[in-house]
Amino acid sequence: MYPNDFRYTKDHEWIKVEGDEAVVGITDFAQNQLGDIIYVELPAVGKELAAHQSLGVVESVKSVSDVYAPVPGVVTAVNEALAQTADLLNKDPHGQGWIIRIRMKDQKAVDGLLKAGDYEKFLEGLEH
Amino acid sequence: MIKEIREPLIFEISAAGKRASELPQLDVPAKKDLLAGVPLRREIDDFPEVSETEITRHFTRLSTKNYCVDMGIYPLGSCTMKYNPKINERLAAHPAFAASHPLASADLVQGSLEVLKKLEGCLCEIAGMDAFTLQPAAGAHGELTGMMLIRRALEARGDARKYVLIPDSAHGTNPSSAHICGYTVKEIKSNEKGTIDLASLEQEMTEEVAALMVTNPNTLGVFESDICRIAEIVHAKGGFVYMDGANLNALTGVVRPGDMGIDVMHINLHKTFSTPHGGGGPGSGPVGVKKELVPFLPVPVIVEKGGRYTLDFDRPGSIGRVRAYFGNFGVIVRALCYILTLGPKGVREIAEFAVLNANYIRKSLEGEFYLKYPTASMHECVFSDKFQKEFGVTNLDISKRLIDFGMHPPTMSFPLIVHGALMIEPTETESRRDLDMFIDAMKAIAKEAKENPEILHAAPHVTYVSRLDEVAAAKFPVLRWEKKA
Amino acid sequence: MSYLSLSAKDKVEMLARVGAASVDDLFCCIPEAVRFKRPLDLPAAQSELELVRTIDTVGAKNAYGHHLSFLGGGAYDHFIPTVVDYLSSRGEFVSPYTPYQPEVSQGTLQLIFEFQTLICQLTGLDIANDSLYDGSTGAAEAVLMAHRVTSRDKVIVARSLHPQYREVVRTYIKNLGIEAVEVGFGPDGRIDAAELKRVLDDKTAAVVCQSPNFFGVVEDIRALSDAAHGVKALSVAVVAEALSLALFEAPGKLGADIVTGEGQSFGLPVSFGGPYLGFMACKKEFLRQMPGRITGQTVDKEGRRGFVLTLSTREQHIRRERATSNICSNQALCALRATIFMETLGKQGLREMAWQNAQKAAYAADKLAAIQGVKRKFTGPLFNEFVIELRKPWPAVDAALRAKGIVGGYGLEPEYPGIGSSAVVCVTELRTKDEIDRLARTLQEVLS
Repeated sequence: MYPNDFRYTKDHEWIKVEGDEAVVGITDFAQNQLGDIIYVELPAVGKELAAHQSLGVVESVKSVSDVYAPVPGVVTAVNEALAQTADLLNKDPHGQGWIIRIRMKDQKAVDGLLKAGDYEKFLEGLEH
Repeated sequence: MIKEIREPLIFEISAAGKRASELPQLDVPAKKDLLAGVPLRREIDDFPEVSETEITRHFTRLSTKNYCVDMGIYPLGSCTMKYNPKINERLAAHPAFAASHPLASADLVQGSLEVLKKLEGCLCEIAGMDAFTLQPAAGAHGELTGMMLIRRALEARGDARKYVLIPDSAHGTNPSSAHICGYTVKEIKSNEKGTIDLASLEQEMTEEVAALMVTNPNTLGVFESDICRIAEIVHAKGGFVYMDGANLNALTGVVRPGDMGIDVMHINLHKTFSTPHGGGGPGSGPVGVKKELVPFLPVPVIVEKGGRYTLDFDRPGSIGRVRAYFGNFGVIVRALCYILTLGPKGVREIAEFAVLNANYIRKSLEGEFYLKYPTASMHECVFSDKFQKEFGVTNLDISKRLIDFGMHPPTMSFPLIVHGALMIEPTETESRRDLDMFIDAMKAIAKEAKENPEILHAAPHVTYVSRLDEVAAAKFPVLRWEKKA
Repeated sequence: MSYLSLSAKDKVEMLARVGAASVDDLFCCIPEAVRFKRPLDLPAAQSELELVRTIDTVGAKNAYGHHLSFLGGGAYDHFIPTVVDYLSSRGEFVSPYTPYQPEVSQGTLQLIFEFQTLICQLTGLDIANDSLYDGSTGAAEAVLMAHRVTSRDKVIVARSLHPQYREVVRTYIKNLGIEAVEVGFGPDGRIDAAELKRVLDDKTAAVVCQSPNFFGVVEDIRALSDAAHGVKALSVAVVAEALSLALFEAPGKLGADIVTGEGQSFGLPVSFGGPYLGFMACKKEFLRQMPGRITGQTVDKEGRRGFVLTLSTREQHIRRERATSNICSNQALCALRATIFMETLGKQGLREMAWQNAQKAAYAADKLAAIQGVKRKFTGPLFNEFVIELRKPWPAVDAALRAKGIVGGYGLEPEYPGIGSSAVVCVTELRTKDEIDRLARTLQEVLS
């Protein structure tokens, strides 16, 4: 379910490192909790993000949730497709439903995040 | 209800040339070149053209698709859906008031000003405050006004401060109003009784905090028994206590906010004082203050001297106007009429019977539905769907099924600290029979949840439309009718 | 007298079920020290008949009703067809709450959807909300919206915007670090274009202008919008007299990005200033920044058309402190009256009413300006209000007119110092030729 080459946060974001850049999205668990996603508020390209700073907002019919930057960095691209088809987050949260790309400030920060197995254990804990 | 009536949009029954109203012929000589050179519209494209018969049928049919308080119990928690007395409708439309112009000089509208001043006086007595402004047009507008008053008072001391504390059980307007007044909101966690945790409050209440916004009784229907201590903590740091008076219905004549340390509050006339909700408004949100905040009230202030009323605009400390003219005057007339009808004893009975009815429901449904906070209830009680979740039934299912029993559902969207909330407020005007019908329906639904959850998932079964696709509505918004190309 | 429905027996039995010995027991959670111990000092309870007499007596103190009035200024006396009162007083419309349960609220939701459509048609814009409190708070909400859309902190406000609307805007923005710059008016009564040009810059979020403005003068919305767009600011048109929308080209078609205003003219009595009906429409691209409720069309499980409150994530009950506005209620019952009014007047009737207003006001303006000692203050085009300038001080003229049973207009000097002895006069379709002639005759007497 949760790709091994991703890292995860307890706020249910995933991050996939690609060189000095990384792709960020929300997890399958998160999309499932939110239900049908209607709208995604994306940051501007070039925006500087501190760790745990809100990078955007994901909206369902009756909820809004912040998405936080797992690590500090600068936004280099946003997933424009989400503007028209926000439900990519529901359909393919770990793939086509990516939210932003960032150039990481501190690659080592990724090491502090959860591995797939740990995240799955964390989720099990939540369900009880 | 006749289930099969499908009423088209007015635009769909419109036909060129029809009309429902005629004006007299123009009685002044018509100028041909009037407004030459100004861009005029030839016509209002696609505007409806129908007869008076069609208008009457259209709105009468539409009206049959609404549930309303005149029909039965409407137990929406925090909304105080009580009976709306009919005489008040008639008197609010009294020609002497309906025709009175807000820009007329004060000596021509003494009656209208007297109504305003009289209601201010009644509200001061009921709330134990020193002065009221009736300008705010609704509860949220009152909250914003109250926050502005606090900010101005602090600025006058040379210290506007940064934060406003709000309990996690609060209604969404509280944080939003504080924010629009330029404050940053800090949330205070509720304790296991569902009330403000004094230790957290003491920790968060610093000299950077402008105010605490408290709803009492809170949205769980629980009275903040520590309210005096809470006010002391806030005052000790130079802050103000704002009370959201949405639940004043539980307190009238029993305890007065002004006597428990509240500095500023709003009252929802459309809740406590029976003015109709009208399908969403108009409301009215008068704001009451203690002496210290009086200089900052919105202008104008109505001054009475020897039975004559004048308007005082010369108030340099004022926050300014929050609305044009004098507020929702028609709503104010209704509220005054309600208080005049009830009198001192009747106003106290509001709280007595509202609390009795709520506790009657609570006692009757305990065990059938989960009660997260066992603390004593005032005018409303908040159950949840925890027991029914076992059978895959949610508060939404329960609510929709209640519609099949001919009743309006309770509030589900908050308080946020109770998952799957069913927030029930019967109000004082319900009869025993209506209360029992509601209790029986809830019990029947609890039974159905165990035995036949499917019937709940598919509810409601008796309405013109079944559950509507809210996802599609938000995803592909269709927000107006348009002529088919 | 009360509206309680429990018998003495019910009360005893219910207390027993609850397990309370008395009603006082129910309030045990309230500390004894703060309980209110004496009876409330309120007037004694009145029966319906007594109440009617009380209100009749208070109402009789409003001498205004005995006057022939030419007051406007954001509160207009228009004809209201009987069906408006009749249909809008149905309990099914008056006594429900906000339509949070769409299955039992299709009546309210559908009529609001019709209201949104009518407002879009009148303003020439893509989307409209379910209503706001009134025109003044509508103007303030539009300013906050422009601030969110542009992330800019300066708004330009025409001094010819209703003085009370301007005050409300100032009250709203002063805690948010938004600056309002006022621009005056020229001899035609329109916004001073040269001055506007001087203050417009790339920090400007919006140009806020009322048309017809407080002087009754119709602004050049096209030119204002072009000027605003030149610095990527929004053009906000405020309409205090909604009826004017039936006659003049829709502001949205002339470049306005947001049109907001007061809908009182559509079937609501002047009622001492409220309840009124704020409306707001905007271009589609600003949808997510719109304040207030919005109703949308959708389908039910069987595919039947229905209506729901939608796009609620903008609102306070979900977004809390980050909502587009703190507004919670709307003015649904007023929107209902306006909807019935607009649909009853219809395409021809609404325009006819607007046309009669313009004709009668023009007739009155000519008639008054022909009097010695009276002249038109501004040369710009007008709708149903105009400003007269007088040789004698207005307060004295006003008092003399009132002594003869006429409220001739609204004096401008207190709110526009330096404007001289002038007053804004309003003439709607309700004023007959005889009444206008009477005003002219009396004014002439007063001035001679």
